[in-house]
Amino acid sequence: MAKFHSSRNNQPVPKLDPRIAALTALMLAVFGFVGIRLYYLQVLHHADAIELADRNRIRIRRVPAPRGLVFDRNHRPLVDTKPSFDAMFVPEDSDNLSETIEKLAKYTGTDYAAERIAAAEEEGRPPYEPVKVAERLDWPQVVALEAHQLELPGVSLEITPGRHYLYGQMAAHLLGYVGEVTKNDLIQKASYHMGDEIGKFGLERVWEGFLRGDAGGQEIEVDAVGRRLRVLKEIPDKPGESVVLTIDLNLQQAAEQAMAGKNGAFVAIDPNNGDVLAMVSHPAFDPDVFSGSIKASAWHELITDPNHPLQNRVTQGIYPPGSTFKIVDALAGLEEATLTPGTAYHCPGGLWFGGRIYHCWRHQGHGTVALHDAIVRSCDVYFYNVGQKLGVDRIAKWANQLGLGIKSGIELDNVKPGMIPSAAWKQKRYHERWYPAETLSVAIGQGYVATTPLQMAQVAAQVANGGTRYRPQFVKFVEGLDGGIAKAYPPIIENQIKIEPEALEVLKSAMADVVNGPGGTAHKAHLDDVTVCGKTGTAQVVGGNAPVGESEGGDDKTPDKYKDHAWFIAFAPKEHAQIAVACIIEHGGHGGSVSAPIVHDVMQRFFQLYPPKPQPEIARVLEQSAPPE
Amino acid sequence: MAGPDRRFILHFDWTIFLLTLTLAGVGLISVVSASYAGPHRAIDPLVVRQLIWIAAGTLAMLITVFLDYRAFQTYAYPFYIMVVILLIVVLGMGHATGGSKRWINLGLFKLEPSELAKIAVVFVLVRYLREEPPKGGWRLRQMIIPFILLGIPAGLVLKQPDLGTGLTLILITVTLIFVSGLNWRTMAILAVAAMLAAPLSWHYLKPYQRQRLVTFINPQADPLGSGYHIIQSEIAIGAGGSFGKGFLNGTQARLNFLPEQHTDFIFAVFAEEFGLAGSLILLALYASLIARGAWIARHARDRFGALLAIGVTAIVFWQVAINIGMATGMLPVVGITLPLVSYGGSSLIAMMAAIGILISINTRRFLF
Repeated sequence: MAKFHSSRNNQPVPKLDPRIAALTALMLAVFGFVGIRLYYLQVLHHADAIELADRNRIRIRRVPAPRGLVFDRNHRPLVDTKPSFDAMFVPEDSDNLSETIEKLAKYTGTDYAAERIAAAEEEGRPPYEPVKVAERLDWPQVVALEAHQLELPGVSLEITPGRHYLYGQMAAHLLGYVGEVTKNDLIQKASYHMGDEIGKFGLERVWEGFLRGDAGGQEIEVDAVGRRLRVLKEIPDKPGESVVLTIDLNLQQAAEQAMAGKNGAFVAIDPNNGDVLAMVSHPAFDPDVFSGSIKASAWHELITDPNHPLQNRVTQGIYPPGSTFKIVDALAGLEEATLTPGTAYHCPGGLWFGGRIYHCWRHQGHGTVALHDAIVRSCDVYFYNVGQKLGVDRIAKWANQLGLGIKSGIELDNVKPGMIPSAAWKQKRYHERWYPAETLSVAIGQGYVATTPLQMAQVAAQVANGGTRYRPQFVKFVEGLDGGIAKAYPPIIENQIKIEPEALEVLKSAMADVVNGPGGTAHKAHLDDVTVCGKTGTAQVVGGNAPVGESEGGDDKTPDKYKDHAWFIAFAPKEHAQIAVACIIEHGGHGGSVSAPIVHDVMQRFFQLYPPKPQPEIARVLEQSAPPE
Repeated sequence: MAGPDRRFILHFDWTIFLLTLTLAGVGLISVVSASYAGPHRAIDPLVVRQLIWIAAGTLAMLITVFLDYRAFQTYAYPFYIMVVILLIVVLGMGHATGGSKRWINLGLFKLEPSELAKIAVVFVLVRYLREEPPKGGWRLRQMIIPFILLGIPAGLVLKQPDLGTGLTLILITVTLIFVSGLNWRTMAILAVAAMLAAPLSWHYLKPYQRQRLVTFINPQADPLGSGYHIIQSEIAIGAGGSFGKGFLNGTQARLNFLPEQHTDFIFAVFAEEFGLAGSLILLALYASLIARGAWIARHARDRFGALLAIGVTAIVFWQVAINIGMATGMLPVVGITLPLVSYGGSSLIAMMAAIGILISINTRRFLF
C-alpha cells in the first residue's frame, strides 16, 4: 500500500478547488431552499392540501330521496312515487355527437337533447358528467333506448323516483304539484341542488318539509377529468314522511264525478272538527305534467287557459254569495234582536227604497212571510228589511264572526279572504259614506260582498254545530318513517259564537225545509234517510237590469258567460251534522237546479260510507241499556 | 489474463454505486405507485420496463466504470457529432408525443437523443476546457467555441421543443465554464448580457411556454389550464404531510390529477406517499451523490477528469433542482426528468452511464 500517495498529497487540480467548493456550497444551498419549501408544503400547508385533495378526488353524487306518500283518511294512497326513467348522456363518449343526438331524438321522440347539452356546456359541465337529455321516458321509449344501446354510445338510463298522482286530476288543487327547483329556490334554500324536485303548489308545497326527505348519495372517487373510478361510500337517503289527509278517496271521487264537465268548486268539511272531506275545483289539471321539467307548451296552455285551471276555486275563487248570505242576515238579526222568528214582512215583489224599486226575484211577490218561510222561499224583500234594520256594520260584524271576509286559515296557497263591506271600509277605500240603499245589496249577498266556497261551507258548518268555527284542515297527521304519528293536526277552533238554541232551531228547520219542505228551492238535494239542510243562492255575474237574488227558472237564452253562478250550501243530518258542504257552479244558473243535485250525489255517497250516527241522547240510552260486563 | 487490478476493486466507489441503485429503487417504487390502478389489477407494464431499464442502466454504468475515462477525450467529438445528427433526425422523423418530437423509435426502445446530448455537451466542453485557462481566467473570445458547442444541440433541443433539456444544457455549460476558470470580468459581462437577452428570448418562446411563465407567477390565473400542473402537484405534495400517506395510498398524483405523473411529476407521487420525511431522505440521497461528485472532482487525477466529474454532477444537480423546484411550485413548469427516479429508458441509462464515468474517474485517480 505504501506506493500509493495519500489523497491529501494528491490534489492535481488545486486551481479548481475554490470554485468547486463555491459550486458545492451553492448546490447545497439550493437543496436547503427546496427543503424549506417542502416543509412549507408538507407541514404548514398540509391541512389545506388535504382538504383540496379530497375536494379534488371525491365527488358527491346526490340521489334524491323518494318523496313521502300521500294517503286519504283511510290510508289509501293518493300520491306515490314510481321509477322515472331518464336518459343520461356523456357527450365525450360519443364519436359522432350529432348522429347520436339525432338517434336519441328518433328513439325517444324528444328533440331537446342538443339544447340540453349546449346548456350544460355553458354552465361549465365537467367532462364525463352526464347530461339529462330526456326524462320520464315511457316503457316503449325505454325499450327503444335499450335495444339500440350500441348505436347510442354515451347514453345511459338513470332511474329516479318520480312523483306519481294515482288519480290524475283528482284533487289536483289540494295535492298540488312538484317541479324542478328554480334559480330563485336555489338562492333561498341552501339544501336544494340543481335538478331537485320541490313542491310548488298545494299540499306538495306547504308540506314540502315533511314530504321531501333527505337526499342520499354516493361518494365517488374520480380522476382529473371527472371519470368515476369507484364508489367510496354510500350515503343512504331518508325518504320523505307520508301525509295522511282528512280527504276520503271515495267521497272525493264522488264529488269529482258529480262536478264532471262543470266549472266551479265543491268542498265538504266535517262540521265537528273542520276536516276537509272532499275538495274539488274544476277545471283541474294533471299534476303529473309538472313533474320533471314541464314542457313550455304545456305550461303556456295552462296559464293562458281562460278557464284558469290552476286556480283553486275553493279557496281562491271569490264569488258574491247571493242568497246563501241570507243565513248570515238571519243569524245576525236574531242575535242582535232586530229579528224574531215571528217577524213578518210583506213582499209585493219589490221594495221601494230611496226613490227606486228593489225587486224580489219573484216578481209576483211572496205575500206576507215570516222568517222561516222567507228562508225557505228565499224572499229578497224580507231580507232587504232585515238588512235595513241591522245596518251594514252589524251585518259585517256577524259575517266576520262567521269567518267571512277573513282568511279561513286553511294551509294552502294564496288563500283569499273575500270581502265583507262596512261603512268604515267604504270610507277608507272610496272616501265615501255608506248609503243605506247599498245595504240592500249586501243583505242578499251582492254588491261588494265576496266569499270563497270554503268560507260558505264554514257558514253551513257553524249553523250545523251551533257556532263553532274550526280552521279547515286537510291533513290528519304526518306519518313518520316508523309508521307512528310524526305530527298531528288536532282541530283548531278559530272562533266560537253563542247562538241561542231557539235561533239555531229556526235556521235549521228553515234550511231543512229548503230541501224538504213545500216551496223549498232545493228539493234536488233531498235524501230519503237523512235530513239535509241547505240554502241555495244565485250570484249575479253582471250588474244591470237582471233581477237580483234568487231567480226562478233562469233564462235559457242568456249566453253562458252572463249566466249567474249557482250556489248551494248544506249540512246533514239536521241534528249532529257530520258533513257541511258548499258548491258553486260558475254560470250554472240557479243553485236549486244545478248545485243541489251535485250536493245530493255527494251526500248520498257520504252517508253510504259513513251512515248517520245515532243522536247522542239515543246513543247514551243505548249505552246505558247495554248489559254490564 | 489476470483479473482486474486489485486497486481497481479496492477503490471502486461503492458509495456512489449504492446511492445510484438506491435512487433507482426509489424510482421503481414511485413508478409502481404512479401506475398503480388498484389491488386487483396486474402490475403495469411500465414497472416491468422500468426494471429492465434499471438493469440495462446498471450494465451501462459498469461498462463506463471499466472504460478509461481518458478515452472520452478521443471520442468526445465523434460522439457529439453523432448526437447532433440524431437530434436532426429526431426533428425530421421523430416519434411525436404531446406535440413535440423527442424520440426515435428503435422498435425495442424509443431513443431520446436529448438525454445523450447532455453527456455529449459535457464531453466536448470538458475536452475544450481541459486546457489551463490563461492567467486571470477565460476571456470572452475563448468562450466562442464553447458557446457554439452548446448552441448547436441546445438549438436543436429547443426546437423539438424541449425547454427543460435546453435549459439544462445551458446551465451545465455555465457551470463548467465557471468552474474551469472564467474571468470574473467576463462573467459579469455575460451575466449582464444574459439579463438583457432575457426579454428578447420572450419573443422566441412558444405561446404555451409564455403562458407557463405567466402562470408560474400566478398559478390561480388559469387553474384548469397551464396553472393546473403546479396546483395539482402542490396539492399532492402537501397532502403527503410529515410522513406521507404510505406506499400505494396516495391518490392525488395517481388519479391522473397530475399529467405525466410517472415522468416529470414523479416527485409528487413519491412526496405524497412518503411525506416530508421521505422527501428529505430523497433530497439527502441526491445531496450525497452531488457532494460525492464534487469530492471526486476535487480529487481527480487530472483537469479533464475533474471537469468531467463536475459536468456529470452538474447534470444531476440541475435536473434535480429544476424538477423538484417545478414540482413544488418554485420554478415554472418545464419538462425535465428527475434523475434515476423518473420513468424512462433513455434518461435512466444515460444517467447511470454518466455516473459510471464518475466512478471511473474516482477509481482511476491513483492508476496512472
